[in-house]
Amino acid sequence: MTALLHWLPLLGVLVVVAGFALRFNPVPVVVAAGIVSGLAAGKSIGDILALIGNSFVSERALLLFVLTLPAIGVLERAGLREHVGNWIATLRGLTLSRLLMAYLAARQILAMLGLYDVAGHAQTVRPLLAPMAEGAAEKRGTPLNAQERNDVRAFSAATDNIGRFFGEDVFIALGAVLLIQGFYAQHGIELEPLQIALWALPTAIAAFVVHAIRTVLFARRLTGGASGSATPALRPEGGGKSGSC
Amino acid sequence: MLKIEHAYWLIALFLAGAAWLNLRERRWSHAGFWLVLAALTAGGKYVLDATAAHHELPAQLAGVGVIALAALSPRMQRGQLVERDVSAREADARRLGHRLFGPAVLIPLVTLLVALFGAYIVIGGVRLFDPVRMTLAGLALACVIALVAALWVTRAKPAAGLAEGRRLLDTLGWAALLPLTLAALGGVFAATGVGAAVSDLVRMVIPVNSALACVIAYGLGMVLFTVIMGNAFAAFPVLTAGVGLPLLIHLHGANPAILGSLGMLTGYCGTLFTPMAANFNIVPVALLELPNQNDVIRAQWKTGAVLLVVNLALMYCLIFRF
Repeated sequence: MTALLHWLPLLGVLVVVAGFALRFNPVPVVVAAGIVSGLAAGKSIGDILALIGNSFVSERALLLFVLTLPAIGVLERAGLREHVGNWIATLRGLTLSRLLMAYLAARQILAMLGLYDVAGHAQTVRPLLAPMAEGAAEKRGTPLNAQERNDVRAFSAATDNIGRFFGEDVFIALGAVLLIQGFYAQHGIELEPLQIALWALPTAIAAFVVHAIRTVLFARRLTGGASGSATPALRPEGGGKSGSC
Repeated sequence: MLKIEHAYWLIALFLAGAAWLNLRERRWSHAGFWLVLAALTAGGKYVLDATAAHHELPAQLAGVGVIALAALSPRMQRGQLVERDVSAREADARRLGHRLFGPAVLIPLVTLLVALFGAYIVIGGVRLFDPVRMTLAGLALACVIALVAALWVTRAKPAAGLAEGRRLLDTLGWAALLPLTLAALGGVFAATGVGAAVSDLVRMVIPVNSALACVIAYGLGMVLFTVIMGNAFAAFPVLTAGVGLPLLIHLHGANPAILGSLGMLTGYCGTLFTPMAANFNIVPVALLELPNQNDVIRAQWKTGAVLLVVNLALMYCLIFRF
């Protein structure tokens, strides 16, 4: 009976996996998983509600990115995305792969300095990097079709993630390194933050090399696809779909 | 003194404004959703303070609010809100040119300046920025400055800030909420013993006398648990206490600093594979208006898979040698 109770909270994990697999809306799935694992652990409804409420409000810093939306919205209304695309088209040396690699390096270095909230999907990818990448990709002479446009945007977002993740762990004063140090200290092992941070460098370098190679291959595939394009256009005219960014 | 709490009030104000615009258009679900979220954001400190004082009711009410948000989420369809037409935007873009960049760059620039120098700004003996989460408070300040600059450059009315912000917010819909909900689930899982059960499961299925098997179990366990939780930080204490410490460090004599560092980075590879890491993998899908929920994961999983192999190899080669 006690053995069963030990495993029972895993039902919450099962709810998450099943909910995502069945493509239900993720928010109710996640909340249901919390309730299920609370009930399985033998907590009362009141305790579960309080646990969910407290956990939720202690993480509200994750909503901060919405504050970028009004400024970005106003700029987009005045044609920011269109201007970025037009401007990149005039820069001769700036290819898609060079742009993404430069962003990756900058993002990693900033994250290593602890400045990982300076850039991000809301702060830099939507207003700047994605339109710049689309503009750079369209230098091949033909506009991107809807699928290619989506690929370029998704790859820009991926580049931001990889730059952040594999830079952040080298920074000593916040986040991951302090979590590792604190964990070991609780278990009687004293470590210097710098010891931990330095061992993240090999992976940081590997991350840059691997993703840079993938960037070059991705850019080559996009430009290679242009030669067989059925609809050559003299000038990109706002792209394949209306309201694109 | 500028505190992170002020940023939360600002968020609540913006969300309430978005709720009000939706209310006027009789989009009831959206209005209710943003209103509840505004209340939770503004009331967060009150809830946490009450809990610290062993007063449970506010936290329970917050829990009811979270369930209300979950119930409204499926009704938050990504309705296409009217955007200014392309020709008007192109005309503005040609007229304003590079001036449009100024406010956009102000967001990272001001955040950077606050992060670097915020600690040194003292007015009348009081620090301008509270050191707690100073970068995030700087981000909030940067957003306000950027909005003012954007309105000035584009000569738009201040109401445009709310209207355009609300357009983007409604485009995001429930995706804006998912990171928070998942982080909250991490707290619930930790409090209900899910972590301990997972690590027991790992130890039951591996031959503990093989160092290689332990390295692989630890690394893949970090990835698997990160994929489920959407967060390597949640996976690290569970797997390191359950597998890393007893088997790798104590039994096989691994170096704890290297193990910790590479273990966390192996977890990060898992973050690249999972829709549970919503703020990195689902929010950008909504922000960039991509058609498929897994488009960003599809673009990055190969990099993650190669790095996973690199990390496991580095771990096996380094932790027993230094």
